[in-house]
Amino acid sequence: MKKSLSMLLAGAMLVGTLAGCGGGSDAATTDNGGTEENTATGTAFKIGGTAPLTGSAAIYGNAVKNGAELAAQEINAEGGDIQFEVLFEDDENNTEKAVSAYNALKDEGIQLSLGAVTSKPGEAIAPLLEEDHIFALTPSASSPANIEGNDVVFQMCFSDPNQGLASADYIADQQLGTKIGIIYKSDDVYSTGILEQFKAEAEVKGLEIVTEQAFMDGADNDFSVQLNACKSAGADLLFLPIYYTPASLILTQANAMGYAPKVFGVDGMDGILAVENFDVALAEGVMLLTPFNADATDEATVNFVTKYEEAYGETPNQFAADAYDCVYAYKLALETAGCTPDMSASELCDKMIETFPTITFEGLTGDGAGITWDSNGAVSKSPKGMVIENGAYVGMD
Amino acid sequence: MKKVMQKFRRYAASKPGRDTLISFGIVIVAFIVMQVLLSLGMVSSLLESLLVPICAYIVMAVSLNLTVGILGELSLGHAGFMSVGAFAGVVASTYLADTVAFEPLRLAIAIVVGGICAAIAGVIVGVPVLRLKGDYLAIVTLAFGEIIKNIVNVLYIGMDSNGLHFSLLQQSFELAEGGEMIINGPMGVSGVSRLASFTSGFVLVLITLFLILNLINSRAGRAIMSVRDNKIAADSIGISTTRYKLMAFVISAAFAGMAGTLYGLNYTTITATKFDFNTSILILVFVVLGGLGNIWGSIIAAALLTVLPEMLREVGDYRMLIYAILLIVMMLFNNSSLKQRILEKRGMKQMEKLEKAEQSGKEGA
Repeated sequence: MKKSLSMLLAGAMLVGTLAGCGGGSDAATTDNGGTEENTATGTAFKIGGTAPLTGSAAIYGNAVKNGAELAAQEINAEGGDIQFEVLFEDDENNTEKAVSAYNALKDEGIQLSLGAVTSKPGEAIAPLLEEDHIFALTPSASSPANIEGNDVVFQMCFSDPNQGLASADYIADQQLGTKIGIIYKSDDVYSTGILEQFKAEAEVKGLEIVTEQAFMDGADNDFSVQLNACKSAGADLLFLPIYYTPASLILTQANAMGYAPKVFGVDGMDGILAVENFDVALAEGVMLLTPFNADATDEATVNFVTKYEEAYGETPNQFAADAYDCVYAYKLALETAGCTPDMSASELCDKMIETFPTITFEGLTGDGAGITWDSNGAVSKSPKGMVIENGAYVGMD
Repeated sequence: MKKVMQKFRRYAASKPGRDTLISFGIVIVAFIVMQVLLSLGMVSSLLESLLVPICAYIVMAVSLNLTVGILGELSLGHAGFMSVGAFAGVVASTYLADTVAFEPLRLAIAIVVGGICAAIAGVIVGVPVLRLKGDYLAIVTLAFGEIIKNIVNVLYIGMDSNGLHFSLLQQSFELAEGGEMIINGPMGVSGVSRLASFTSGFVLVLITLFLILNLINSRAGRAIMSVRDNKIAADSIGISTTRYKLMAFVISAAFAGMAGTLYGLNYTTITATKFDFNTSILILVFVVLGGLGNIWGSIIAAALLTVLPEMLREVGDYRMLIYAILLIVMMLFNNSSLKQRILEKRGMKQMEKLEKAEQSGKEGA
């Protein structure tokens, strides 16, 4: 009996230690939104987001983290009234981990959120943000479910259906192809979200889709089956609503089997020129939609790209640019609303919901006209068509 | 009164009695401690958000322990049953959203539905699989787990005023005005109302422990263990090995389904890819670390290994590395002669105590 009692005590101690750990991190940021804490430590706004820093989507997560941190460094170096402290927690592109990561950030006392980098984790934390009344501006969680059904989540990227729509319009208006083959990732919200809208719009515009080929996570190394199906269906245009890693393989394998259709991608295709061991010549003539062009010559982009390359040793992609824009958009909104870092997350949230639909933001990913938001949280940006020529993006129209 | 005490003491000194008491003790004490800390506001949001997943994983680990530890067959597809339970439970809770307004009752119904669906899947999988032995069985359960994942991945279920609509591969039904998709193929479910709470998780853990521990210590449980220890001997004394194998497997699947429902209703969105081979292995790690056939070991291992990676967030990039090292160290300890010696010592003491209890029992009588 003594033994079982000691086991019970051990169990209790285990729980106690766990709670102690939790309590420990809690104590550092007891006030959610941290009124006393933050004024005491300085005048920085704490902003944080969850991102896949490890795992298969780590490229995107790290790009966002780097982009946001770079923006915060620049803003802090200027030494204005508004300073930022940027925090990121790993969500492994997994909804369960995203909820934990979000709660870890809450424990650290974030006042404003950068949402999640990928769509599904974004959907998982959106209701929590709403419950806790913390405002979020997500750089890249593009599925509509992220902003639907809540007031507090805004997007910096254009939504998936928007891209499907724009792609179909582009292809129809520019008469890029008559027979369209599609290869998409069936277990990815991003890919299927774009596809559905693309198909609907293609029907309206009278585009002929000859075949739809799907692949899934874990089966994305060999595309010969899908490519052969497209080839035998006589597709002269391949629409690839997928990310650039599988897209680079598709291009390589299509080349190997002597199949040379036109290729049209969406913003996930951005980054294909930076893939290691990929023959860039194969991407020649690939068309894609992207909000950001790292080769653009305007001052803001050049400044961003140079600094980013210096700091992280790689060319930034649109994820980094969107995250960079998010932090600057926060700066603009906070200035406009006259917010101070000693305000609580909830107060800031009300101010931001009021302010964001009213501001026009000039960012890297806008198209010169400035970026605006509607009251649902959707962004006004329109996707830009680019074509790869001589290893660089060139505007399509 | 004295007699009751003696009886209790004898029960506590016996192995099944001790295991039962420890299992319930850990869970109840942990629940009370957490409730007190929660009411004092001393629990971080991070830990609070982990409570329901921990309950779900405990039920998963305990139920898998029935297959792996008690029945002695390696199953690598346990997450498949969790998946069935999660999606069935979500469909049930969405369907009943208007008719059953009382949330705990709706959750309970969803959990039962999830359990039943997973049990049916367990029968379908179990009948062909349990003809196999050892490694073959393990590989086939793995395959079934993947099949379940892929089926859910192409499953479309929608609901409108006419009731539920099902289709496979693609959405081949049109929903009436105001209808909504519940399971949307590879995009999984989204917009689920989060019914699960720590208390409901705690109750589910208690029910699981009560039923599984009782099963283990019953005639059927001993029959199941005899199948594990020596199938030929079990056959020779007239135990229907197939029947008991299937029984253990299906019960284990049913509880996995219930855990799945609890898990699914804790998040607003879930996809089938969550319940893949990795999740099955994770549950198996809980069971192996806790000790095969050791129920309270599974409870502690499940709780510890769910919390550990989150607590390691503070070390940043080295998190997964440290997690892996700790896991290796724990496994090595579990298999070391040091632990063997400690256990032997404890076993000796236990024997002495049992004898004492017997003696005092006799004297009392």
